[in-house]
Amino acid sequence: MKSVEQKVLALNGDEAVAYAVKQCDVDVVAAYPITPQTIIVERFSEYVANGEVETAFVCTESEHSALTACLAASLTGARAFTASASAGLALMHEMLFVTSGCRAPVVMAIANRALSAPINIHGDQSDTMAQRDSGWIQIYAENAQEVYDSVIQAFRIAEHPEVLLPAMVCLDGFQLSHSVENVNVLPDDVVKKFVGVRQFPKVLTHEGKLAPLRLDPHNPMTLGPLAFPNYYFEFKRQQEEAMKKALEVIRQVHNEYAEISGRSYGDGLLDPYHLEDAEIATVCLGSTAGTVKAVVDELRSEGVKAGLLRIRAFRPLPVEGIRKALENVKAVAVMDRSMSFGGHGGAVFHEVRHALYDSDKRPFIVNYIYGLGGRDTSPMQVRAIYKDLQEIVQKGHVETPIKYVGLRE
Amino acid sequence: MKIPKTLKEMPLTPLSLPTIGSMGKTGTWRTFRPIIDYSKCTKCTLCWIYCPDAAITRRDDDSPEIDYEYCKGCGICANECPVKAIAMKREEE
Repeated sequence: MKSVEQKVLALNGDEAVAYAVKQCDVDVVAAYPITPQTIIVERFSEYVANGEVETAFVCTESEHSALTACLAASLTGARAFTASASAGLALMHEMLFVTSGCRAPVVMAIANRALSAPINIHGDQSDTMAQRDSGWIQIYAENAQEVYDSVIQAFRIAEHPEVLLPAMVCLDGFQLSHSVENVNVLPDDVVKKFVGVRQFPKVLTHEGKLAPLRLDPHNPMTLGPLAFPNYYFEFKRQQEEAMKKALEVIRQVHNEYAEISGRSYGDGLLDPYHLEDAEIATVCLGSTAGTVKAVVDELRSEGVKAGLLRIRAFRPLPVEGIRKALENVKAVAVMDRSMSFGGHGGAVFHEVRHALYDSDKRPFIVNYIYGLGGRDTSPMQVRAIYKDLQEIVQKGHVETPIKYVGLRE
Repeated sequence: MKIPKTLKEMPLTPLSLPTIGSMGKTGTWRTFRPIIDYSKCTKCTLCWIYCPDAAITRRDDDSPEIDYEYCKGCGICANECPVKAIAMKREEE
């Protein structure tokens, strides 16, 4: 199928989010400003002021309230969106769990930023990694184009009746949020049709008839009530089941979108680069993949069998896909842009290593913590990681399992 | 209503539906019984508005009627009645 004709706009990552949300027929946007996310809701409030959207825009007094407003709107059946970062996301912590527990498909963009203290406004993934167990789908984008594409896909994924989970689209603070790129945008009507109208599962009402699962005065019900030890556990188990289903839905929605737009990112879950015959490989999330790809190209031209696995969907984690992608590699370096203090390496390292435990051919696997607080990671430093991997393969053992990139030691 | 036993029978997220007497006949909790003196009642409906358990209904002529199966005897109606038409009497009397 031939992809739809598109126009090219010069947008930074934040503007790409706002533009996508404008096209997604969103009913409610409630937000509170925080760097480096601010441009998203700033642009969107301009669309509201100009009458370009019919969205109710709610300026709240905090991020906790912003997400609460989105949750409430979503439970009435509205399509709701918000955006945040760093301390803002941390303040939402309680409501993140309430939103996923209520199965409210809110979509949120996160411009990844370091957490205090010391205070720092620059990019790293500490904020979203700290929320990886909150029951939200997490998609990490590599560039502004993918940010635009992912936001549109996120509404379809989150609202899928077999998923019904909130979703975060994560873009690296400043590297993506504030860097202008050429972004291909689809026509408004194409996006509106792709996203469609929200569908609801049916539940039995007090009158014994079937009604949509949402707050509606004609079919009164309370959402978010108590569930004590006799029921709570089963509700949590259902959230895990929904995450499993999301793996397939993310793939389907990604493929359907690829047909329309002509753009794809691996299978939608994992985006491998020169991995088929790779002997050494790195694993990373987000914009760093751009730098790594350039280094892989260099190494390949020198005859080195280097590859990259970019994890696009970190929640749900495509465990089987990671195992299949990496089990024939000899040595793997996992790059973490956040720390898990007191753990053995970063969060991505934990999970990738965990995925490989069930493989008969476990490759050597090491961890590189990098880019905290917005510290730049250069192609030279990435080359050094691949050099380490070559040495590990030669020597046949790992000397230092966890290293820090560009740290003044 | 059928009580769900496994997660397959449960809804996706906890929800509760309007149900009469889901806690049983709460009128048995009552120590004091509100008694309406209809000769004093002005049909202002304040008792109907204030009853926290919706145990007071309005008749066609707007006069109140107390459902003693669910009235817990809190006494709010008697307190709010502007013409003191509701008296609280001990149950055993």
